[in-house]
Amino acid sequence: MLAVAGFKEGYYTLSFPTFGAEKRGTPVASFLRLSDKPIVLRDEIYYPDYVVVLDPTVVESVEVDKGLKENGLLIANYPKSAEEFKKLISTDRKVVTINATKMAMEILGRPITNTAMVGAFAGATKLIKLETLKETIYEWFKGEIADKNAKLVEDACKYMLEVKI
Amino acid sequence: MKVVRGFYSVAHAVKTCRPNVISAYPITPQTEIVENLAAMYANGELENCVYITAESEFSAASILVGASATGARTFTATCSQGLILMSEVLINAAGMRLPIVLVNTNRALSAPLSIWNDHQDSMFMRDAGIIQVYVENNQEAHDLIPQAYKIAENSKVLLPFMICMDGYKLTHAYEPVDLHSQEMIDEFLPPYEPVAKLSVDKPLTFGSYAPPHIYMEFRVALQNAIERARKVMEDVFKEWAEFTGRDWKSHISAENVDDAELAVITLGSITSLVRDVVESLRREGKKVGLIKLRTFRPFPNDEIRKALKNVNKVIVLERAVSFGNEGQVAIEVKNALYGKSKEIYSFAIGLGGRDVPRELIVKIIDNVMQGKVKQGFHFEGVQEFKEVIP
Repeated sequence: MLAVAGFKEGYYTLSFPTFGAEKRGTPVASFLRLSDKPIVLRDEIYYPDYVVVLDPTVVESVEVDKGLKENGLLIANYPKSAEEFKKLISTDRKVVTINATKMAMEILGRPITNTAMVGAFAGATKLIKLETLKETIYEWFKGEIADKNAKLVEDACKYMLEVKI
Repeated sequence: MKVVRGFYSVAHAVKTCRPNVISAYPITPQTEIVENLAAMYANGELENCVYITAESEFSAASILVGASATGARTFTATCSQGLILMSEVLINAAGMRLPIVLVNTNRALSAPLSIWNDHQDSMFMRDAGIIQVYVENNQEAHDLIPQAYKIAENSKVLLPFMICMDGYKLTHAYEPVDLHSQEMIDEFLPPYEPVAKLSVDKPLTFGSYAPPHIYMEFRVALQNAIERARKVMEDVFKEWAEFTGRDWKSHISAENVDDAELAVITLGSITSLVRDVVESLRREGKKVGLIKLRTFRPFPNDEIRKALKNVNKVIVLERAVSFGNEGQVAIEVKNALYGKSKEIYSFAIGLGGRDVPRELIVKIIDNVMQGKVKQGFHFEGVQEFKEVIP
């Protein structure tokens, strides 16, 4: 979704998963590159500018801040404060948190945090506009599901815009 | 341009080629190609077309053999174990001179089971009489589909055409693709006019029994056809470049080789990364070049020889192994360079989806440049491990 929305805003984008959609319930990762120039690299990203954690339980099995650049930012779905998340994974990198699971439960009725974290990414990084994300949501989803996801993206984005980074 | 996944870039291109029969059996990472086509079929977007779900890849290929023999334009997609299950039928399709176009979303072979990318599957089909072209990105995959039909259906050729695109690396990637319009492909690709077809008006037999007094001539004809394909492919590649302005070059793309001391030969999606490394080494003043291998069958012997005329050291990077020898591409390259004194270093990398980071490519090139590795075959990017057997 970020690849599509990013391209609409004039970036070249390339995104891919390391585990296919077939493996629900197991840790999965996907990668996104945004650039002003055409993207030719397809290897995994070892030194990211941003890391987005959709499910805080993955920190038990994955070193989520591994390779994160010194001035990078980790955006985590976590019910507690950024300080507590930093302690949890013992990182010195910048961290922001958002309780995306709670927001998804309230709006979607299911703990699917993907669109919330897309909104959180847009709000925290200001790389992609909220309107562009909503436009993309309405291309991908229809009816009530589109409305709910658009609201979730908006709420998460606005929440992050208020957070001091 | 539109950001789409690799699956869609294939399905959309197939749709604009106006296929008559599509048959497939799902297998990761191919499935969404035929799911996209099935959705187009269900939505009435495919005119004069039937989409037949098969109970196995063997059946899917068999359905296409029958369909193609009646003069239908056909398509399927598969990979890995699915391609191997199809192989018996596809080898027949080559012998019967049926221009079936298939996309192989390259995936490793079992065992152990892997759904991830390497080239072991398509390399297994090397000797079948099937044209094989490897693509670097989803635009190239998209562009190659109408070209594949035009080449395969040329009366000088009439052979199956397999487009090899890296599973996951390409199929699952979202990236911008300039999608063909129907008008554009209608202008480029004429309808299929078979020279012989199954018909009640003029009964024929395809793929019948050939006793020793006639079998060999059929096989010579097959070799002649795939040899003739070289020129037909060159012409179609050139025509496409002029038609669209997107020039993917010919059987190979030789870059920075004229004054190179070392050249890297590679194929598939890793090419972009290797090019990036080669270009940055060039900026440091190192005389390094790249050969992107597009056509694997027929193998571009002359083009490789010509491109490497002044190059002394050659690195082959590939995602497959002919167990008991070395990488298939390295074997072919050595054959092409027979009689020329070159140093050839071959590396198997990225098997079963193992990521190939930039550092690994840099290390391989550095080591060869500094004389730290011997000529011959190596695995790279392998962890320390102890064999359980023996």
